[in-house]
Amino acid sequence: MSDEALLRVNGLGKSYGSRIGCTDVGFELWPGEVLAIVGESGSGKTTLLNCLSTALDPTRGRAEYRMRDGAFRNLYDLGEAERRFLMRTDWGFVHQNPADGLRMTVSAGANVGERLMAVGERHYGRIRATALDWLTRVEIATDRIDDQPRAFSGGMRQRLQIARNLVTNPRLVFMDEPTGGLDVSVQARLLDLLRGLVADLGLAVIIVTHDLAVARLLSHRMMVMKEGRVIEAGLTDRVLDDPREPYTQLLVSSILQV
Amino acid sequence: MSAIASYNFGYLDEQTKRMIRRAILKAIAIPGYQVPLASREMPMPYGWGTGGGRGPAAIIGPADVLKGIDQGADDTPNAGSIPPFFAKVARVETTTRTADATIIQTRHRVPEEKLRAGQVLVYQVPIPEPLRFLEPRETETRKMHALEEYGLMHVKLYEDIARHGEIATTYAYPVKVAGRYVMDPSPTPKFDNPKMHRSDALQLFGAGREKRIYAVPPHTDVVSLDFEDHPFEVQHFSEPCALCGAEGVYLDEVVLDDRGGHMFVCSDTDHCETRRADGHVGALGTSPMESADV
Repeated sequence: MSDEALLRVNGLGKSYGSRIGCTDVGFELWPGEVLAIVGESGSGKTTLLNCLSTALDPTRGRAEYRMRDGAFRNLYDLGEAERRFLMRTDWGFVHQNPADGLRMTVSAGANVGERLMAVGERHYGRIRATALDWLTRVEIATDRIDDQPRAFSGGMRQRLQIARNLVTNPRLVFMDEPTGGLDVSVQARLLDLLRGLVADLGLAVIIVTHDLAVARLLSHRMMVMKEGRVIEAGLTDRVLDDPREPYTQLLVSSILQV
Repeated sequence: MSAIASYNFGYLDEQTKRMIRRAILKAIAIPGYQVPLASREMPMPYGWGTGGGRGPAAIIGPADVLKGIDQGADDTPNAGSIPPFFAKVARVETTTRTADATIIQTRHRVPEEKLRAGQVLVYQVPIPEPLRFLEPRETETRKMHALEEYGLMHVKLYEDIARHGEIATTYAYPVKVAGRYVMDPSPTPKFDNPKMHRSDALQLFGAGREKRIYAVPPHTDVVSLDFEDHPFEVQHFSEPCALCGAEGVYLDEVVLDDRGGHMFVCSDTDHCETRRADGHVGALGTSPMESADV
């Protein structure tokens, strides 16, 4: 981990008219750090994530990102071209529903290769070699490279989406319930894979989840949200083992024991 | 006085022609950019040359000579109906000879004969948006053009190679114009793409149904997209034209009987006829002197 933050968020808020999506959110994220945002549905997690990934314009506040040249820039002052460039090079976004993040009607290889072509790669052989390499890394059989994701299972689609996002070596990846909708054994393998990739590549990740087990396994730190506000934040183990806020205590005690 | 006299010169009213000319000027100023325009009724159905027809209607003058091409030929539907239409409403001369024409309205071919400065080639375009089948949202494709995000275009070419071992797109092959905008050259065979590159003539593209005009001014770079290890190539034909013996031209396959007989002939009928008049004869061709219909 570096001694300078990658992302500095200050007083971030989004209102829908008089309703609050999220408000007064502030935190810092360091390179290689995994931050989980947890809370029940409607607590503002996804609104926050969408603001951070610039899919939504926040009503107030700043989020400063350290660009590859080392300078901090407020995300909301960037031009659209710069934002979209950031989104397909230095960032990744893993959607809960893989169909939102994949092109379902083009082959797996082209799905992985798209970002490379978007940043100017014009050599078919190299694109294909990189795609094969990434399929291997996310445990998809290489002979499926020319199949469309429509022919893939839910778990495979999710792994393909991850490969597609990581192919340009991003520094920051947003994830919205990446294991949602998968059965538990597939979830476990996906989490294993994610944990390995995050550690190997030194990725910074902001992951939104309602599944505390996922947060425990993946994240270093976590923020608990309720009614649009961050009510508790700290090291993951501390928050889960010694929750201070009554709501966090409720959340932790709601986990089903098998 | 004939009934036709009640039409304005060139069929469209002057305001509309001005509007179209403005769009054309803008299109020439931004090569490859799709300029929206208002669409007026033309006395023909969409797909029969409304977009390409509006171009000549706006720029035609009494001194112009008009030629029409439909799939290379001068006697197929659009070529057979649009020039006579303008002969009626603009009283211009029409021709089938490429060299004599000042305005050439074309459906999906570029003449084999090299165009010269002062000529205008007007293409009919069914779908002006090259990204349409990759990204269905028009709001998004316009943004992609504005921000020059063309990675997706290569995704299509990648898919071609992955599936067929080569770039299998043979018509409407995407090009980059003047190093900036990616453009659909209308469904011309990719054989014609190199002819668009630095042409001496002005090239206008009109899409009637979609209400867009775009242009390639003379001497403008038109580069077909490709991969370094799969470069752009045009079609090659193994035999010359059966009638005029021309090589290095685009050929149509014509079925001769129901026993598998066929021949390849020039798609550009004017080019073929000119060559035959000059005495060139192909394998199945007779010299014009001997043939009964000449």
